Amino acid sequence: MEQLVKKGLDLNRRPMPKQPVEVRRRNFEEVALGYDAKLAMEEASRCIQCKKPGCVEKCPVEVDIPGFIQAIADGDFARGVRILKAKNSLPSVCGRVCPQEEQCEGGCALLKKAGQIAIGRLERFLGDWEAAQADLMLPQIAPPTGKRVAVVGGGPAGLTVAGDLIKLGHEVTIFEALHKMGGVLVYGIPEFRLPKRIVEREVDYLRRLGVKMVVDYVVGKTRSVDSLLEEYDAVFVGSGAGLPWFSEMPGNNLNGVYSANEYLTRFNLMRGYTFPLVPTPVKGHTQVAVIGGGNVAMDCARTALRMGAETTILYRRSREEMPARLEEIENAEEEGVLFRYLTLPVRCVGDERGWVKGLECIRMELGEPDASGRRSPVPVPGSEFFLPFDAVIHAIGNSPNPLIPQTTPGIEIGRRGNIVADPLTGKTTKPRVWAGGDVVTGAATVILAMGAARRAARSIHEYLTNPGEW
Amino acid sequence: MFTILENRMIVPNVFVMRVQAPEVANGALPGQFVIFRAEEDGERIPLTLADWDVQAGTITVAYLNVGRSTAKLATLRAGQTLPTVVGPLGKPMEIDHFGSVLCVGGCYGIASIYPIARALKEAGNTVICVMEARSSFLIYWQDKLRSVSDRLVYLTRDGTRGKRGHIGSLAEVIRTLPMRIDRVILNGCNYLMMRGSQETLPLKIKTLVTLNTLMIDGTGMCGVCRVTVNAETKFACVDGPHFDGHQVDWAEVTQRRKAYLPEEIIPLRTTRPF
Ligand SMILES: Cc1cc2nc3c(=O)[nH]c(=O)nc-3n(C[C@H](O)[C@H](O)[C@H](O)COP(=O)(O)OP(=O)(O)OC[C@H]3O[C@@H](n4cnc5c(N)ncnc54)[C@H](O)[C@@H]3O)c2cc1C
Ligand code: SF4
Ligand code: FES
Repeated sequence: MEQLVKKGLDLNRRPMPKQPVEVRRRNFEEVALGYDAKLAMEEASRCIQCKKPGCVEKCPVEVDIPGFIQAIADGDFARGVRILKAKNSLPSVCGRVCPQEEQCEGGCALLKKAGQIAIGRLERFLGDWEAAQADLMLPQIAPPTGKRVAVVGGGPAGLTVAGDLIKLGHEVTIFEALHKMGGVLVYGIPEFRLPKRIVEREVDYLRRLGVKMVVDYVVGKTRSVDSLLEEYDAVFVGSGAGLPWFSEMPGNNLNGVYSANEYLTRFNLMRGYTFPLVPTPVKGHTQVAVIGGGNVAMDCARTALRMGAETTILYRRSREEMPARLEEIENAEEEGVLFRYLTLPVRCVGDERGWVKGLECIRMELGEPDASGRRSPVPVPGSEFFLPFDAVIHAIGNSPNPLIPQTTPGIEIGRRGNIVADPLTGKTTKPRVWAGGDVVTGAATVILAMGAARRAARSIHEYLTNPGEW
Repeated sequence: MFTILENRMIVPNVFVMRVQAPEVANGALPGQFVIFRAEEDGERIPLTLADWDVQAGTITVAYLNVGRSTAKLATLRAGQTLPTVVGPLGKPMEIDHFGSVLCVGGCYGIASIYPIARALKEAGNTVICVMEARSSFLIYWQDKLRSVSDRLVYLTRDGTRGKRGHIGSLAEVIRTLPMRIDRVILNGCNYLMMRGSQETLPLKIKTLVTLNTLMIDGTGMCGVCRVTVNAETKFACVDGPHFDGHQVDWAEVTQRRKAYLPEEIIPLRTTRPF
């Protein structure tokens, strides 16, 4: 390594151009602006093309990372796109929302020198470059097999399964409960982090490949999985983890108290940030509390901030333990979100009209590390205090929606309400039914949902082409 | 896209809309609801199914023109389309042989009680329908309700049709009936359902209400439809919308329903046509 540095190893990670803080904290436009070709090529040229690349090892879908980076360095972006898309069908999305610091970039050989390659930014660059080209490269589609597959849920898992199977010649229909395709990518993740036109573009691409999409269709209500099985050869369930949790405390049903899902859905899916241009109403709050420390909490806080509220994140452990991506924490801090660590809300306090007026909280301290090595927080007796808020958002997690489990006899359900599926194939205990993504793992990540969907698509294809052996 | 077959004002400010939605019609059960959007980027409007025809693939709903979104619905004509019709959502009303069941409807609840009364009748119950309105000119669907009930009671505030009174006279209505009532079902605005439940509580008659909370997705995803029933939080869209009227926390239901009143008025402060 030392030698390499002497040989002119460039450890200068090219920074991402961003909207200035003072500007972006008042708009919903995308925060990170993306590399241009010059920056991308400079960044790509820093890669030392490891023989045994640590980045690939840590990529859940095993993208040939040095391969596409070399293509960028050579200025051959089309080749880069081909290499990338062989493994990842949604690069513009993943480049923006993957936790790269824990994945590819966390395995980069240059990490020790704090010069890890900005793999996510390069991935995003290629995805966006491709989209900007006049003629999109449509892949080869295998001759029709006459087999039909129903996909439940239009999130990353469902979109990935659909894309893989349509290319193999099967007929694919996605059934989506909401009025737009995209799952969490459209109803949860805010515009300023993932512009909706990018999701629309990916959905549109699949439509051009021939994927049929039926929105406003709740499987388990409009029609059951069993009924779909009468008409389709296989069913893939990618219905996500959409059931919101509330911290257990009195006062949660006061007005002004939201689940993260409700708050984000109003702003993203229903485009509430343009109210009253759109009819779905949103409230103008002045002091907003967000309970939780994950990506969802950051998204809620940064949305509330953009709506003009003083916004505070309440987290019961300390900054080090926060599960959100570091980049998002830093963005939130820069933009002016306030953080109160080691704070546990114990009661929503309401006014006489039934509106929340604040939170009673208790201070926590970190105890001894538990079996998992995490130091668990314990309340400090007698340390209760009151903080005034006119809105409280619970962003402490989600679990799978019980609708499909409840209406699908013969499918095994795990302890947390998740559908049980073989991690290698996505097969459930019900014949001809596969599942993947958050509905199997509980709330996780886009890339893990895509990876699971990939494996399920492979297994579904094997079944469809060789049903006799199953 | 879902084609509108009929949309007309049936009594002042109450509209009946029939829409082509075969898949919804096919799965529909009494007491379930649908969500409409009147326009792209429109609000999601939950409406109880008032009728459906599996053969023709159509569904019917009734709505009160109250805010911006229902006002937009009211402007639509036969032949135009709705971008969203999703359903049937929620749990169906429990239908069984209970004995004598009193079905009370007011406002759009006159329409939404109809399929419930029909199913109860088919299940062999004696069905008494009560139609509650301010005045006789606000009553509709008499023939439809008559066709599925053993007895029809009109209750108008000005006495222009049937008994003079309102939902607060429900206990008295029940007392004057010749049969014992085994179950009461209330459909209409929250006030009607709350007040009606108060009337049946001392009579110890099991009473079911069909709550119309705020909703967004209608699938259990957002939680805006939370209600406290028997000291437990429920999501009206998936755990309901039918609950025991004696166990619902009505103060909370009323309060939560009002959460966006000021915001709902902002878009109406305009002379721009919808
Ligand atoms: C606010 C927020 C921020 C996040 N940020 C990140 C991030 O930065 N990086 C990251 O990697 N991950 C992030 N995640 C997690 C990530 O979005 C999910 O892990 C991923 O979307 C899971 O994909 P999925 O396809 O399994 O499910 P989903 O995206 O949840 O999609 C499921 C779809 O199925 C539909 N559906 C559900 N039930 C039915 C039914 N009965 N019939 C028909 N359709 C149905 C739903 O409407 C939904 O559209 C975030 C999540 C949230 C909520
Ligand atoms: S580990 Fe880092 S330096 Fe090595 S190939 Fe991957 S991106 Fe390049
Ligand atoms: S309407 Fe969203 S959970 Fe009930």
